Amino acid sequence: MKTKSKSHGAMPVLVGMAFVIPALILFSVFILYPLTTALSYSFFGWKGTLRGDFIGLENYVTIFTKPPFDEALPNAFSHNLLLFAGAMVFQNSIGLLLAVALHKIGRLKRLFQTMFTLPYLVSPLVVGYLWSLMLSPLFGPVNATLRAIGLEELAHPWLGDPTTAIWAIVFITAWQWIGFPMLLYGAALGGIPEEVSEAAEIDGAGGVKKFRLITLPLLLPALGTVTILTFIGAMEAFPIPYAVGGSTGSPAGATDVMALLFYRTAFESGDVGSIGTSSALAMLLFLFIFGVAVVLRTSLARAERKIYG
Amino acid sequence: MKRYSILNAPKHMLLWIYAIASLSPLVIMVLNSFRTTQQMATDPLGLPDSLNLGSYQKAWITASFETYFLNSMFVTITSVFIGTAVSLLAAYVFARSKRRVFAVLEGLFLSGLLLPVFLAILPIFYLFDALGLISNLWGLIMVYSALSIPFSSFILAAFFRQLPIDLEEAARIDGAGYFRTFFFILLPLVRPAIATVVVFRFVPIWNDFFYPLMLMRDRDAYTLPVGLTRFFGEYQTDWATLFAGLTITTIPLVILFIVASKQLVSGLTAGMSK
Repeated sequence: MKTKSKSHGAMPVLVGMAFVIPALILFSVFILYPLTTALSYSFFGWKGTLRGDFIGLENYVTIFTKPPFDEALPNAFSHNLLLFAGAMVFQNSIGLLLAVALHKIGRLKRLFQTMFTLPYLVSPLVVGYLWSLMLSPLFGPVNATLRAIGLEELAHPWLGDPTTAIWAIVFITAWQWIGFPMLLYGAALGGIPEEVSEAAEIDGAGGVKKFRLITLPLLLPALGTVTILTFIGAMEAFPIPYAVGGSTGSPAGATDVMALLFYRTAFESGDVGSIGTSSALAMLLFLFIFGVAVVLRTSLARAERKIYG
Repeated sequence: MKRYSILNAPKHMLLWIYAIASLSPLVIMVLNSFRTTQQMATDPLGLPDSLNLGSYQKAWITASFETYFLNSMFVTITSVFIGTAVSLLAAYVFARSKRRVFAVLEGLFLSGLLLPVFLAILPIFYLFDALGLISNLWGLIMVYSALSIPFSSFILAAFFRQLPIDLEEAARIDGAGYFRTFFFILLPLVRPAIATVVVFRFVPIWNDFFYPLMLMRDRDAYTLPVGLTRFFGEYQTDWATLFAGLTITTIPLVILFIVASKQLVSGLTAGMSK
């Protein structure tokens, strides 16, 4: 192998570099440099755009203890967690249900898959605005439909009521993303060997039992991928909350999320120290997303090893 | 086999009900763009009585959608082109060189797939501010091209690795240099992978709202999503125009979907499964 690669397989390092360099420059300037710089921003005091002294973790202390952050941060963060939990419970279970229903359905499968994934293509901002019109209290088609079918008492100002607004966002997000878990679970179901499924039936396993003992464990890798992607998506939520509640998360902060809080702090607060505090917010969220994703990944790998030996 | 047909009826019902839930908001969006705001107020669930294009005219001309649309087209096409081109070059080396330095670089690029890189917007903002790139479409193009590299180089490198090396070796023995081999032998072979990458980068770049919101401060440099936020503030009560604006923003993706639905549905899970 080594002699072969020496004779003609090996590309001279300079040729390789010439090919890689355009991508490397773009990646360094617009991804690597900003990431490392954002981290360093968070350790300095700021007066407008003038960098002051190194202040260690003071910006981090500020975002946990000083107003408006002491209230806004837990509020926004709890909404991100709620978006994650809501997506896991509704979006992913309905996605699984649809995948199971589509499994072995025959020639209509493709058509259904296409219809269910279509909303995923639409810009999340458009989705947010579209649903804010759909859910509008007076003329919105949703309430109009409820009235038309005699469910008048269910008609509700969904987005104006602080208790329902965040759930409306869970619902809107699920509507857009359902195709994603559906396709991933569908691919996993398609990958379950026919023999395994038949062997279980011969051994007398009925529908529910078969699903629990055979299908569910084999779905585990897909479930893990869906969980990680759902988590990342929920933590990064921005366009849909922005469209529904604006940059302040109205009504009364009920739809505020971390990315909105970051945006307001960085670009709308007018506070002299905002570069430091908003960078600290960004890094905190960055570490949280990255940390949890790594933990989820490793525990998933461990669970898979346990099952497959 | 008989059991399946009995089970099929509720299954089909569930699937059709969800299909309605999935599509009806989009259908309502298009239908309402042909109605007047007054019609929507008196009859929220009505159908359009004619193919009235007045709202489109208003959105396109009065509400500057023409500018936003052309900006979005220019930014998206150019970014996808640059991002794909630089990723192709890099992916070729990642697939064909065994040197450690390239393995490290590939790992570095790949890390961009997992990290929430959008959180590093502030340094980009101040960099652009210093370079005079705020509200400059080329600034946005550079950012999107860079953001395309992790996904595109990952997919393309995987594809290059599947190609047999014999062809290249034959070309090399015939005296073709690395660049010639790349452009004339390999590029035609990776066309399917290029199609996947182009389609898959087009959608998020076209739809992105975060970067232009922060970096494009001047109205003439707005892309469609940022234009929409301004538009929703100004035309709040003019529902007909709002629906037309939403439809205009979505049309290019529908066209893309019709042209490339196969790549989209199958590719949605590509690279996700292990």
